[in-house]
Amino acid sequence: MTGPVLSVRNLRVEFPTRHGTLRAVDDISFDIAAGEVLGVVGESGAGKSMTGTAVIGLLEPPGRIAGGEVRLKGQRIDNLAGEALRRIRGRRIGMVFQDPLTSLNPLYRVGEQIIETMRTHLPMSEAQARRRAIELLSEVGIQGASDRLDSYPHQFSGGMRQRVVLALALCAEPELIVADEPTTALDVSIQAQIIQLIKRLCRERGTAVMLITHDMGVIAETADRVAVMYAGRIAEIGQVADVVQRPSHPYTKGLMGSIPTLEGSETRLVQIPGSMPRLTAIPQGCAFNPRCPQAFARCFLEQPAAVFVGRSEVACWLASATPVQGTP
Amino acid sequence: MLAFAIRRLIEAAFVMLTVALLSFVLFRFVGDPINQIVSQDASLEERIRLREDLGLNDPIPVQFGRFVWKAMNLDFGVSYQVKQPVITILMDRFPATLELAFAAALFAIAIGIPMGVYTGIHRHSMLSKWFLSISLIGISLPTFLIGILLIYVFAVKLGWLPSYGRGETVKIGFWKTGLLTWSGLKALILPAITLGLFQMTLITRLVRSEMLEVLRTDYIKFARARGLSNRAVYFGHALKNTLVPVVTIIGLQVGAIIAFAIITETVFQWPGMGLLFIKSVQTADIPVMSAYLLLVAFMFVVINFIVDLLYVAIDPRIRLAGSGAGH
Repeated sequence: MTGPVLSVRNLRVEFPTRHGTLRAVDDISFDIAAGEVLGVVGESGAGKSMTGTAVIGLLEPPGRIAGGEVRLKGQRIDNLAGEALRRIRGRRIGMVFQDPLTSLNPLYRVGEQIIETMRTHLPMSEAQARRRAIELLSEVGIQGASDRLDSYPHQFSGGMRQRVVLALALCAEPELIVADEPTTALDVSIQAQIIQLIKRLCRERGTAVMLITHDMGVIAETADRVAVMYAGRIAEIGQVADVVQRPSHPYTKGLMGSIPTLEGSETRLVQIPGSMPRLTAIPQGCAFNPRCPQAFARCFLEQPAAVFVGRSEVACWLASATPVQGTP
Repeated sequence: MLAFAIRRLIEAAFVMLTVALLSFVLFRFVGDPINQIVSQDASLEERIRLREDLGLNDPIPVQFGRFVWKAMNLDFGVSYQVKQPVITILMDRFPATLELAFAAALFAIAIGIPMGVYTGIHRHSMLSKWFLSISLIGISLPTFLIGILLIYVFAVKLGWLPSYGRGETVKIGFWKTGLLTWSGLKALILPAITLGLFQMTLITRLVRSEMLEVLRTDYIKFARARGLSNRAVYFGHALKNTLVPVVTIIGLQVGAIIAFAIITETVFQWPGMGLLFIKSVQTADIPVMSAYLLLVAFMFVVINFIVDLLYVAIDPRIRLAGSGAGH
């Protein structure tokens, strides 16, 4: 087993503003292995998209990576300058955005967009790229690919467009796909298809996937491991089965409790009181302390570091109190 | 596509008919044309015979039909003042105006679009702020003042460029061009800048705001995420998406350039149609005025038609929506 495809260590993303520096992503570390799907969940504003954007180097100024490192197959990429980073984007890291209706340029045929991307990164002739684009479109499940290549984006439905976006993300055979809410804008029936497609294609190719979503259902279906984010930090990270069935962090517990089940024996769903703090007002100590039912004195003073609980890593003082089986 | 073009052509024909009606009405209501043609002491019989000869006793629709038919054969009558066929006079002046308008539009587009793209991409750079300040001047100063200022600086003070006229011209068929001689080109520079400056600033500001808009879209973010070069992102993906509104404005502005040419031509004594029009207004030379009206309307219609076709060429979505009521 070689090293992980993506390795993020102590990543911090900051936004300098007039009222001081906002820390959107705070000291995040995770790895993704080849062929593995890491789900990143959290509420809006938890910093999950920001993490994805930082990995692919598309933070909009004044946002910047303020610390830590991002390594792709061991090569450090967070400190690369514009042109070197551009060669990695699309080539070694593919990206899928949330809204397929707006991800494609409406004025170019989908084939042109795929061919353009391939030829930017790979030494291919127009004809080779075209043949490859047709194969790719059939692979993502578009029927009559050789004709559809010359269609414009508006001639596709939303689900079909997300397939095209996926083909675009995969066309240069990247090692990592960052999928930012890839199914959120789609019908539920289409969501499952797209999720299955992402999973199948990446498994076949051994592509690592960072799947950003707020939908625990999608995570449970797709991901191998999951990172739960809260207020810019990772609250809990571990195997999906562990995190879903035996959550350790009070926030993860609350999150799981708020998912309706078909058995539905309980009368009410558990809900987490309050809402996530704004970046300008993150409390001292553990950021979850105002909402945590089990918070105690230490939670208000010190930020908890991640510790192992079973196979999961949890950033919670309660977990630290239980016997530690390893150090991160 | 063909149906689209045909529909637009039919619409254009209606517009032209309407303008022709106005132009015809102009003839009928600005005094009795007989009075304009014959001398003061012509006898009543002479007048009646002339009236009969000119067909002025026929029913109005017949006369209008004849007017349209003649106009389609480029027969706009004879100028009251110069006693020459109007078409001859116009064709003598038309190349001068068209070359001026073309040069002004070229100047406006060739400078305006790059400036707009630059200021759109480098929003906060010093140079952008300079460009925008300059464009503010272009928008706020009236044409005649810019013309006079340019004459003062480049013709009077520096003596680099002529202050009036077209320079030497070369005749190719009926077309008298100033583009082939050195003095003709030199004479073109100041009037073209004067005429095009407003349009240039307009295009700069329009392209800039459209670029800002487009650069925020998801497909630009996605294009970056695909690792395309900056050039491909800005010029391939962003600029093309700004073009529909820009082409619309340029199309309308080319019409405005021809209309505004009247002022510029007066300032620079440019022997074009604008100058001719001013003189014919002063002398109530109705055939010239009505022919000018028709010609300008015709050019507007042609430009609009081209703009419509350009839309279709730029934006594939319009092909499907082509059955709509237009823009």
